[in-house]
Amino acid sequence: MTSETLLRASDLDSGYGRAQILYGVGLELRRGEVVALLGRNGAGKSTTLKTLMGLVRAKRGQITLFGERIDTLPPYRVCRMGLGYVPEERRVFAGLTVMENLEVARRPSRDGIRSWTPERLFELFPNLGRMRERRGGEMSGGEQQMLTIARTLMGNPLAVLLDEPSEGLAPVIVDEMAKGIAELKREGLSILLSEQNLRFATAIADRAAIIESGVIRFTGTMAELFANTEVRDRYLAV
Amino acid sequence: MTFADLLAQLVNGLANASTLFLLASGLSLIFGVTRVVNFAHGSLYMLGTYGAIWLAEHLGGGALGFWSAVLIAAIGVAVLGALMELAVLKRIYGAPELFQLLATFAVVLIVKDAALLLWGPEDILGPRAPGLSGAIELAGQPIPQYDVLLIVLGPVVLLALKLLLERTRWGVLIRAATEDREMVGALGVNQVWLFTGVFALGSGLAGLAGALQMPREPASLGLDLIAITDAFVVVVVGGLGSLGGAFLAAGVIGIVKALCFAFGTIEVLGLTLNFSKLTLVVEFVLMALTLAFRPWGFAGRPLRGAREPAGSVEHVHTPSRKFWAIALAAAIVLAVLPAFVDDYTLVLATDCAIFALFAASLHFLMGPGGMASFGHAAYFGIGAYAAGLLAKQAGAPMLVALAAAPLAGAIFALGFGWFCVRLTGVYLAMLTLAFAQIVWSVAWQWDDVTGGSNGLVGVWPATWAADKTHFYWLTIALCAMAIAALWRVIHAPFGYALRAGRDANLRADAIGIDVKRVQWLSFPVAGAAAGLAGALYVYSKGSLAPDVMAISRSVDGLVMVLLGGVQTLTGPVFGAALFTWLQDEILRRTEYWRLILGLAILVLVLVFPRGVVGSLRRIVRGGET
Repeated sequence: MTSETLLRASDLDSGYGRAQILYGVGLELRRGEVVALLGRNGAGKSTTLKTLMGLVRAKRGQITLFGERIDTLPPYRVCRMGLGYVPEERRVFAGLTVMENLEVARRPSRDGIRSWTPERLFELFPNLGRMRERRGGEMSGGEQQMLTIARTLMGNPLAVLLDEPSEGLAPVIVDEMAKGIAELKREGLSILLSEQNLRFATAIADRAAIIESGVIRFTGTMAELFANTEVRDRYLAV
Repeated sequence: MTFADLLAQLVNGLANASTLFLLASGLSLIFGVTRVVNFAHGSLYMLGTYGAIWLAEHLGGGALGFWSAVLIAAIGVAVLGALMELAVLKRIYGAPELFQLLATFAVVLIVKDAALLLWGPEDILGPRAPGLSGAIELAGQPIPQYDVLLIVLGPVVLLALKLLLERTRWGVLIRAATEDREMVGALGVNQVWLFTGVFALGSGLAGLAGALQMPREPASLGLDLIAITDAFVVVVVGGLGSLGGAFLAAGVIGIVKALCFAFGTIEVLGLTLNFSKLTLVVEFVLMALTLAFRPWGFAGRPLRGAREPAGSVEHVHTPSRKFWAIALAAAIVLAVLPAFVDDYTLVLATDCAIFALFAASLHFLMGPGGMASFGHAAYFGIGAYAAGLLAKQAGAPMLVALAAAPLAGAIFALGFGWFCVRLTGVYLAMLTLAFAQIVWSVAWQWDDVTGGSNGLVGVWPATWAADKTHFYWLTIALCAMAIAALWRVIHAPFGYALRAGRDANLRADAIGIDVKRVQWLSFPVAGAAAGLAGALYVYSKGSLAPDVMAISRSVDGLVMVLLGGVQTLTGPVFGAALFTWLQDEILRRTEYWRLILGLAILVLVLVFPRGVVGSLRRIVRGGET
């Protein structure tokens, strides 16, 4: 693939207080592709996504979105530029209804993409459409996960950071989630997702990066990853 | 008491409840979204009353003048609230919660002196509402029209706020931000304006409440603390963040107070019960009862544990040789001080030592214990009264009184603490305040024993300590020993267990620490130290009045601790000395010491967001993060 780069991170150091988590992380997300950031618990996947979004400040390095520096911008500006963020732990607003959760994230339409409306999102996630007035706190884990994704889409992003979408979900729901993400990719959305579940990542990703102890150990296509048994055994085998 | 009397009192109580609700709903909104405990909320209310009266005078009479005054005062206060958020709080949202509290205390001080400067020390009576100064007849009893208006206004405002929060995009954003601010930001919402907007709305409600009280209550400089405590009580009893709960709580408090007035003095089985005396304290009793049975108020939910940013937790250092050298040098300087200074300075130094102990005892609960006490003056006052009463009523010698005072402080702290440790955060803080107010009102009203508002006079030290220098030495020695004892407890396994419970409640429980018990037992330790400080205070002044444990003393204690920094024990000791000295120094030069002190605190907060000692340490160590 040689299409245009949307999001590029180079040489990122990041962490919390005195604890440094990321060491010189570099990543690239191109238009229309799905990249899986793979790694074990505590490898630095979530911190990478949070740093890209501006929720955690990079101590060194650069992040660019459409060629513009975003590493000093507050998260809301990053979001408005077209980068969506779906957190792990499904941080839905528990006291707000499904419709209200979506309303919080609503942003004006953007050139080049078909604007998301609640109705369009309910086609993608039919379950949500059946519980519009239900409060976030009264939904199951899978439903909450779908709501967090739908909510982020309300901002009409061009690229999305998805933090462990399959975490803690029943296998049936994971398959449904994979279908939904594939559908979003067909819509032209670029996705960087962090995952531990290799099967899930294989089903939807074009390329993969492997992170371990805050360092990117491998970058390549999914085919290259499968060809490289050494990398797979060392960083992904449980 | 006739039915008509009861009715009149009830109407009055409900009218009070309405303004109380307006005031409390603003506080609740601000706390919900920004998590800032805005102590200046009562000051905004006070400005509403003063502002409205001043405007009504200048806008001319008539209904138009009156109501424009109310409206303009409310809007003006809203603008002030927004400015306060923009100029001060916005810069310190990242700082620990208690620091934001200190900043709002500074605003309280500044506003009080600004009001003194603008409107003078005398109470100012407001005009009556033109066209509504009459009364309507209900069951043969004249009911003021204005009260009826207020009673209607409460539910109207509740409804309007509910609609705003549930039916508008802004409201949805506010409710979302109340739950998870960071997520709201990541979804593209600029929280900066959201916060400023909420501050403006909440402040405007406080201003409106104050302005509406103009015909019912004179403007006075004491309104700020009365309003803020009332508002806190309503918010806590109703449940933090619940407007419906606040409405209900305001109503209940209004009615109960009204009933106390209506009952007046009754004889029951030969006992004389004076209910009207209860009005000073009834809301605090109500709050204590509510929190004992419903820890989150009528309609509140448990607070989600505030996420402390990593790295903000203190590190306890084993003192280096350098520390001991400095401590020894300080001890020598303090011991020889009387040879170099006059009596005035010596008395001031004695005060500094007493308040250093008071602040250290408060720090013990707040720092290692992680429990903010808003009513710490109670133990100071109990110690003071224990010593004073023993000396006056029983003729006990000074040493006996000094020994008994910490014991009394500890016993009361043990009792109050048992209830307090069942709660956390703001709820705990408010319950400590409730106990302090109850103790204060007992001291105020139990004339036969405590001397009531006149207090006790003529409590002088024993002859061997009567000399200023001798008493100074005695105070320094006792305070130093008590502070050292506190330090020792913090560095003993008990102190470690206390901090473990503060930092990781469940994990501490899981390794076998009975967290609640450890927290409970920390109360008498702090109470004893504060009690000793109180007793020394009495002997230093020769007299005492209920003021020794007024809210303002508790607030002073918090300012001392936060000024020095809550992370270290040296911080509060230093903060107390600094505060006491500054207060005296400024007071000698200008009447407006609060203004200067408030500004100084604001500067300190903005420049040293970790407290003076904490920040100096960082600078000395070379900016480690």
